[in-house]
Parts: sequence; C-alpha cells; structure tokens
Amino acid sequence: MGAAPLRAWVLAIVPVGVLLAFLAWPVAVLLAHSLSGRSVEVLQQPSVWRVVGFTLGQALLSTLLTLAVALPGTFVLHRYAFPGRRALLAVATVPFVLPTVVVGLAFRALLPPSWVGTLGVILLAHVFFNYAVVVRVVGGLWAHLDPRYEQVARALGATPWRAFRTVTWPLLRPAVAAAAALVLLFTFTSFGVVLVLGGPTTVTLEVEIYRRTAQLLDLSGAAGLALLQLGALGVVLLVSARLQARVAVAQRLRTDPAETTVRPRRPGQLVLLGGVLASIGVLLVAPMVALVYRSVRVGDGFGLAWWRALADVDAGTTGFSAPLAALRVSLGYAAVATVVAVVVGGLAACAVAYARHGASLLDAGLTLPLGTSAVTVGFGLLLAYGRPPLDLRGSWGMVPLAHALVAVPLVLRTVLPVARSVDPRLRQVAATLGAAPLRTWATVDLPQLARALGVGAGFAFAVSLGEFGATAFLARADSPTLPVQVVRLLGRPGEQSLGTAMALATVLMVVTALAVLVTERLRAGRPGQL
Amino acid sequence: MTTPSDAALRVDAVSVAFGTRRVLDRVSLTVGPGEVVCLLGPSGSGKSTLLQVVAGLREPDSGTVWWAGADLAGVPAHRRRFGLVFQDPLLFPHLDVVGNVGYGLRAAGRPGAEVGTRVAGLLELVDLPGFGRRRVATLSGGEAQRVALARALAPDPRLLLLDEPFGALDRDLRDRLAVDVRALLHRLGTPAVHVTHDLAEAQLVGDRVVRLADLGAAGGFDPTGRGSVP
Repeated sequence: MGAAPLRAWVLAIVPVGVLLAFLAWPVAVLLAHSLSGRSVEVLQQPSVWRVVGFTLGQALLSTLLTLAVALPGTFVLHRYAFPGRRALLAVATVPFVLPTVVVGLAFRALLPPSWVGTLGVILLAHVFFNYAVVVRVVGGLWAHLDPRYEQVARALGATPWRAFRTVTWPLLRPAVAAAAALVLLFTFTSFGVVLVLGGPTTVTLEVEIYRRTAQLLDLSGAAGLALLQLGALGVVLLVSARLQARVAVAQRLRTDPAETTVRPRRPGQLVLLGGVLASIGVLLVAPMVALVYRSVRVGDGFGLAWWRALADVDAGTTGFSAPLAALRVSLGYAAVATVVAVVVGGLAACAVAYARHGASLLDAGLTLPLGTSAVTVGFGLLLAYGRPPLDLRGSWGMVPLAHALVAVPLVLRTVLPVARSVDPRLRQVAATLGAAPLRTWATVDLPQLARALGVGAGFAFAVSLGEFGATAFLARADSPTLPVQVVRLLGRPGEQSLGTAMALATVLMVVTALAVLVTERLRAGRPGQL
Repeated sequence: MTTPSDAALRVDAVSVAFGTRRVLDRVSLTVGPGEVVCLLGPSGSGKSTLLQVVAGLREPDSGTVWWAGADLAGVPAHRRRFGLVFQDPLLFPHLDVVGNVGYGLRAAGRPGAEVGTRVAGLLELVDLPGFGRRRVATLSGGEAQRVALARALAPDPRLLLLDEPFGALDRDLRDRLAVDVRALLHRLGTPAVHVTHDLAEAQLVGDRVVRLADLGAAGGFDPTGRGSVP
C-alpha cells in the first residue's frame, strides 16, 4: 500500500458503518417483516398484481415515449448550429433536477383537472423529467461522433436514412441503451410524480406501499409489497445491466463543434428544428411557466394572495407555522444532509480509490441506494428505527440521514474518478519530504479533491431539497419539508390551498434551480455523464 | 492530355466560406478520364473542403461541379458514385472487414452471394486475402487503410477522392502504398483526385500535380483551370 497515503480500511470504517446501520439493517428488518404470514397474503390479492402490471407498463411506455421525443431533440441540440443553442440545451436539462413534487404540480398547473389520474399525464410528466437524461447521456456521445463515418457511407451510395440506420445508429446504440436503462429505473421507482398526478387506477408499487403505510396503517401488507418491489427492481436492474453490457465500440471522436455541427438550411432540416423547438416549448417550458402563472392567478384576475398566504399561519397545515416555514426546515435539513453525504461519500471515494481488496464491493454497496427506491429506504428506516424500543421518529436527525443516504452515491460517483486520478508519485514526493500519511493526504490529495467535493456537495444539497420518497415516511408532522408541505397543501380542499401549493412549489423550483446552477458552474463539462 | 470539354470532372469557380473565413475562393479544376490528379497544399488550405464539395457532402456557396458535361447541383452524395477515402481509415467499428468492404454493394441492393465474391476479389486486389472475418480493431494502420480503399472501390466508383490517404502512416509504408495505389488506379482506369501536402508522394502517385493555391482567385489566374506545378 505504498502508494496510498492512508490505509483504506481506516477510511472505510465510517462509510461501512453507515451502510450497515442505515441501509443493510433496515432492509433486513423489512425483509424479516415481509416474511410474516400477513405479508404473503398481500401477494395473493389480484389488485396487487394490477399495480405491479401498471408499474411495469407505465415504466416501459414512459421509456419508449421519452426516447421517441428526446432523440430528435438530442440530435438537433448537438449537431445543428443555430443561435441560442447553448441556452436551449441548458433549458432542456433543467427539468431533471427539479423535485418530483414540483414536476407533478407543474403538470397540474398546465393541464385541465380532468387529466389528473390518467396514464397520459403521468407519461407526459415522465418525459418532462427524463428528457435531460437522454440529451445528456446520448448527446455526450452524439456531439462527438465523427461526421465522416456518415460521409463515407453516403459516398458509398447510402441514402441519408440508410447511413443513419446502418452507421450512426449502431455507433450510438450503447449510449441509447444506457439512457433507456436509466429512464426505465427512474420511471419504475417514480413516486412523487405519481402521487401528485395519479388517480385510483394509476397507482405504482411505490405509491401503494406509501398508501398502505401512511393511510391504511397496514405495515405488513406494505412490507410484502416492498419485498415485491425489491424483487421487481432486481429484474429491472438486471435488464438495465443487460442493455448496457453490449460492447461499446471503440470509435474516433471529434471535439471541434465546427466539424460536427451543421447550419440547418434544407427544408427537412428546418422542419426538424422547428419540431424540436416546439416540443421543448410545449413539453418542457410550458409546465414550468404554468406553475408560476397559476401561483399568481387568483380567481379571474391576477394577484399575490397565494404568495402572501405563504407567510400566513392560518394557511399552513401544522396549526402553528406558515407554509413558508418549510423553507427554513428544508434548508436546515439540506445543510446537515450535505455535510453527512460529503463526509461519508468523500471517505468512501478515497477508500475505494486506495483499496487493494474489496474496493468494488464497497463501491457497489454504497451505490446501492441509487438502485434502491427512496420509498424502500424510508420505509426500511421507519421499520428499523421508528418503533419501540428504538423510536427515532421524533428525533431531528432521521430525515437528513435519509437524504444523505440517497445523496452518498452521487458524491461517491463525483469524487471517485478524481481520487483515482491523483498521481501516486506526488504522494511519494511528499513522503520523502517528511510528510506523515495524514499530512500527505491533507496537502496532496485533498486540494485536488476540493472541486469534486464541492460539486458533490451541490448535488447533495439539491437532492435533499427535493427528496420526497423517503421523507414522506419520516417527516415529523410539525416540521414538514418543502415537498411534504406542498403535498399536504394539495391534499386539502379549496382554491387557496391549491394556489398556495403552486406558490410554494415555485419557491422550491427556484431554490433547487439556484443550487444546481451554482454546482454546474463548479463543474467542467464532461461528456456522457449526467 | 485533355481539354475541358472532354473532361470527366470539372470544378468551376467554387467558393466556400465558414462564417467570414473564405476557405475556397473561386477554385477551378478539371480531371480527364482515367487521370490521377494530385492536389498539393498545406493543411487548412481547403483541400478537404473541396473534396467534400465534389463528393456532394457540402453545398458550395457559389460555383458548379460538372461530371461528363452534366451539372451535379442537387445530386445527393449517394447518387454521385464518387468514392471517398480519408486520412483516417474510418472503418465502421461495428462491422467486420467484409461488412465494411461490402457496405456500398449492399446499399446498392446487390444480392448477398455477389457481395461475397466481389468482396473477396477486392481483398485480393488490395493484397489482404482472407482478412474478411477480421474485426477492424485488430488491423494495423496500413491494413486498415487498404480495407478503406477496397471499401471505396467496391461499388465501382466513377471517380475516387483520396484525402491524404497515407497521412497517418509512416514513411516506409506510405511510399509502398503510394506505388500500389498508383498501379491499382491505372489498372482500373478510375480517375482520381488525390490530396496531399507531401510533394514526393504527389509526384509518385499523380499523372499531374497542381497546387490548390494556383487554382483559385487568390492565386495566379489560370484560364484553363488546370494550373500545374512546373
């Protein structure tokens, strides 16, 4: 271990401890719970299998629809040169960072109430949310694909369509598969969007688990469903891995936009450009605009009544605090969750980078929360620590802890490549100059990791602000976070509650967008990454 | 020697600008039937752009490209039957050698059996017999460039456009391939425009060597449009 400044196992103590205590143990409790007789009974109910069918079906449909809409957009945004292209690219990536609850509210604001509860609105919201996944993952490759491959094909007699089908598409396929796998995973575990937009017939497994826990107090049934969810998720992850296992073909990439982009001039190109601009306008921009519009739409006119209600205790749901109090709660939780996620994720990244043995196991273990649904994390924590003899539900720490768990994989993935790239010879130089291991780490590694840690912190902060799946199980009644407060307002009848929810969702949208904007500033653009 | 009227390819006062930068300024050039013309110029002088215009992959801002007396404006690249070889082999990485060489034949809708025999023949022609099932990633630089040449020749092009085809190879290999290509082109009787920045290579391959700088308005005016290196 001469090259590592610190022993990996020392660094791994805290991450492994957190992983065991707050992920492995809760899931184990969940599994034990779900093996009781009552839980197995649940699996014999036909209604449960309808939910499973709907969950899978809507995920597949959402994935196909997202690809169909976003692939032409990806092409235009990365291969056409036109004024405002970069700004449009930024606009197209905003929806992905928005909290799911905001996405749900935005579509409620955009569409007539009769659409709520239909499959159509859920699919649209999923396209809105995942458009950026395709644009980023596929676009990262497409932007740099050597245009001369297609030119060679054209010169060999292939029509433009044939050249695309037989050359460009096979080269893009690994990236398309990776994007499809991510979208499938995200839509399969979709919770906030479906909770806000779904109806009696449009229920996903996650929503059903939540409904049984929170409304029916049927913990055994919920545990059975959670087991089912974990199993199905395993299948989805397997399918995703299969999709991505196709051998990525080594190919030449170009980085000069002058070589890879064309100015659209022909009628066909202009029609495609127009179509993509229109779809971005209708699908991505309109919902966000509608949300803001509805927050100032009072009766038949405009006003700031709903915004004023944000500061009104009577408009709140706790009885003693105004809706806007949730902002302070969310910011506080986000700060704590960020610190925890950065410490745990940063230590884990260094441990994985320096470890000789068990590196991939630690890596996989800490990435697990990304594949596990947030609902499962929240429900597992609730079962493990939310009941006597150890009831931590009243404690302040549960929510930020859950947020940190969800954010650790993001920090790990951001910091790990940088930690691996630190030149070990620099450490050897430091050692020969008399620096002890800890000093070497602090003076050689840490400065190089600082930027990545900052980016990871930004992501963790944004994730915490919008996290809803786990929070829904763990939030205390007297101190809701922003997303929880929005959903609670939505659950109350009356025009004022709806308007106030719109205003509060707008606040959440702006705060999240700001956090991500600052983070993006820190990050140098790397192709092919989210 | 040919006169412009019986030329195979005639490029007439073609101009291309990228933004405000004029890459080609009223460039004219003729190539006779079976003639191999070497186009000489430093990198960045617009040689590749000229080939793209001839191939139909880029529309010129002004000027005309003629083939056998017919204006090619509006004829898309895949109907021109002009073969194209770049400095990088640019073999399709997802296909094997047979898949690459046979690509143009399949695009033309030839039956599979015919594609098979023709590809085998072409691989013999470029001195790579039995390479059909090799993955392109396993080829050396020289082998890959030979496969690229066979691929360009497969659909029986009327004209071959070679954009610094040996530029990425070492000197030794480059000279050997240059001799091979010259022999091959003369045997097939296919006219070609061969772009290079290497005078020795140009003189080795070409029937005629011209400098790009002499072909346009910026260079000396050449009424025949056929400037040549003294």
